[in-house]
Amino acid sequence: MNFFTKALGTVAGVALSATMALAEPALIYDLGGKFDKSFNEAAFNGAERWAKETGGSYRDIEIQSEAQREQALRRLAEAGFNPVITTGFAIADIMGTVAKDFPDTKFVNVDGWLPEVPANVLLINFTENQGSYLVGMMAAMASESNTVGFIGGMDIPLIRRFACGYSEGVKAVNPDATVISNMTGTTPAAWNDPVKGSELARAQIADGADVIYAAAGGTGVGVLQTAADEGILSIGVDSNQNYLHPGKVLTSMLKRVDVAVFDSMSAGENLETGGFLTLDLEAEGVGYALDEYNADLVSAEMKAAVDAAAAKIISGELVVHDYFASDDCPSLDF
Amino acid sequence: MDVLPKWADVILIPLINLLLAFIISALVILAIGEDPVFALKTMIQGSLMSTYGWGYTLYYATNFMFTGLAVAVAFHARLFNIGGEGQATLGGLGVALICLSIPWPHWTIAIIAAMIGAAAFGAIWAAVPAYLQARRGSHIVITTIMFNYIAFSVLNYMLVNVLRPPGSQDPASARFPEGTNLPTFQEFFAQFGITAFRGAPVNVSFLLAVAACILVWLLIWRTRLGYEIRAFGHSESAAVYAGISPFRITVIAMIISGALAGMMAINNVMGEAERLVLNSVEGAGFIGIAVALMGRSHPFGVFLAALLFGFLFQGGAELGLWTNIPVQLIIVIQALVILFTGALDNMVRMPLERLFLRFRRVG
Repeated sequence: MNFFTKALGTVAGVALSATMALAEPALIYDLGGKFDKSFNEAAFNGAERWAKETGGSYRDIEIQSEAQREQALRRLAEAGFNPVITTGFAIADIMGTVAKDFPDTKFVNVDGWLPEVPANVLLINFTENQGSYLVGMMAAMASESNTVGFIGGMDIPLIRRFACGYSEGVKAVNPDATVISNMTGTTPAAWNDPVKGSELARAQIADGADVIYAAAGGTGVGVLQTAADEGILSIGVDSNQNYLHPGKVLTSMLKRVDVAVFDSMSAGENLETGGFLTLDLEAEGVGYALDEYNADLVSAEMKAAVDAAAAKIISGELVVHDYFASDDCPSLDF
Repeated sequence: MDVLPKWADVILIPLINLLLAFIISALVILAIGEDPVFALKTMIQGSLMSTYGWGYTLYYATNFMFTGLAVAVAFHARLFNIGGEGQATLGGLGVALICLSIPWPHWTIAIIAAMIGAAAFGAIWAAVPAYLQARRGSHIVITTIMFNYIAFSVLNYMLVNVLRPPGSQDPASARFPEGTNLPTFQEFFAQFGITAFRGAPVNVSFLLAVAACILVWLLIWRTRLGYEIRAFGHSESAAVYAGISPFRITVIAMIISGALAGMMAINNVMGEAERLVLNSVEGAGFIGIAVALMGRSHPFGVFLAALLFGFLFQGGAELGLWTNIPVQLIIVIQALVILFTGALDNMVRMPLERLFLRFRRVG
């Protein structure tokens, strides 16, 4: 095919997609990148599952800079994509503004917060503190040194929520246990820095940690790798990461971003918007992963204890401290 | 000593470098099975063929002009300021503190105060490494780059613990009040009933950047201070002999440099985001080094190089939007341009010099 026919074909294709494929959804990944084995990849997996099950197609974009957030939102909305789904809290603010200019397009954001939610915007949140509490309990039970580690991406409120839930869970099992907490960096590069993750894991191991929980996007890959190399246990995040190092990853704190994306795409233009949707333990938005890769690591006693705690959280008998609620954490200093 | 005529140095070498970078980029795009001609067409279409595209190209170019000028001024004093990133970060903090301090009645007043804030914060951040260089001999390359990381940490702390509005979990400041919102080109043209630059972030600070280019040219080539900076840059011992204080020139050149880098925040923080976010500078400080190298530290060269990088950024965004070329590869293309124009300059220069010498002998 020569260049002109190809160019013309693409121009025609863009024009067609603008008029015909009105119901085609679009997905914008946050700066960490599509294949981070974690948060964004969970969104990608949800979209792929939707495409496979319905035979539909969708458009996805990895943005490269802050200014592209608004640009991508506007271009996709103008081109007729609906709903436009985004991941990461950083895009929520500008999405609230853009959404007002496109009242017929539905916008979805995972993790975001807005003081006022426009009628065509849905903000999906997860109770990361609950999921982290459960894996924190497991970490404390699996630890022999009574020292466990936490490695976050950046020192932002969302990650503090993970860390606080985790340490609450650890302390619930063993009040004397020590939780070492480190953040990877102060720039968004911290979400995709496996080398730094590996260094931090090594430092925590030197301090006696024998279970490390990584909540740092792509950085976690380095944490899990080092933990496996050094013969200690690790805990994955967002996606099920147990398969990365079979028998070495204690469990993964599941944050079902894939379900959020899948459900949003399935609802399409009929998506209910105009508020928050909180996917908690009860809604199976968060949880811990149990599969053939970690079956030998999770004892029956451990499973029973965690499931009992989960049941208490769902019934409301046990309230896990939420960093968002009070901006502080009783069991961990930042 | 000057083997090459001026036009060859200023125009021919950058063009050949650019061409080489594009040829290798084309090969890379071919290697992943995409059409390089179509990719280039998408980039040009998306960044130069509409006022919308220009709006983004000029927005990025404005950032790069400020940081490019910052590096260029320091270069003239033979100081390698790699700290543009941190100085611009701190500049953003200065802008945010000023914009949020009082309800500004009109942007024309707010912008002057914000400029002072941005320049002052950037200048202070550059002055410390300058002092350490001049008085303690701590190498400025090392100190400025380390100051970048301190700046990121300061910003992180300020946003998470101080500037974050209550209730919000997003590490960003509150939105700036209406009175600080700078008019965009879109609003300017709308006054005359022309629809142009729709949705694009380019704003009045582009004009500031152009003015900064002219002022830097005046400073370097038309003032006594500029002469002293250049003399110091060419030979420190000669400058000392002529009665120029190395301490004074080092600190002043770095203060000007830091102030220029900080002023970038007028564009990205006050003009575009209208609030302070964690990732506001996103590498423009480092791109400024490539811009200054490519522009031969001349303000007009910086202006052109900034436009080129603006084109690369906006064109890269369009590639991401409408082709299947992954974002990592777009970064590779941008990196190739930096590599060829900045680092591999001599690769083209030396054969070209030989070529010119041969022609001269024949002539």
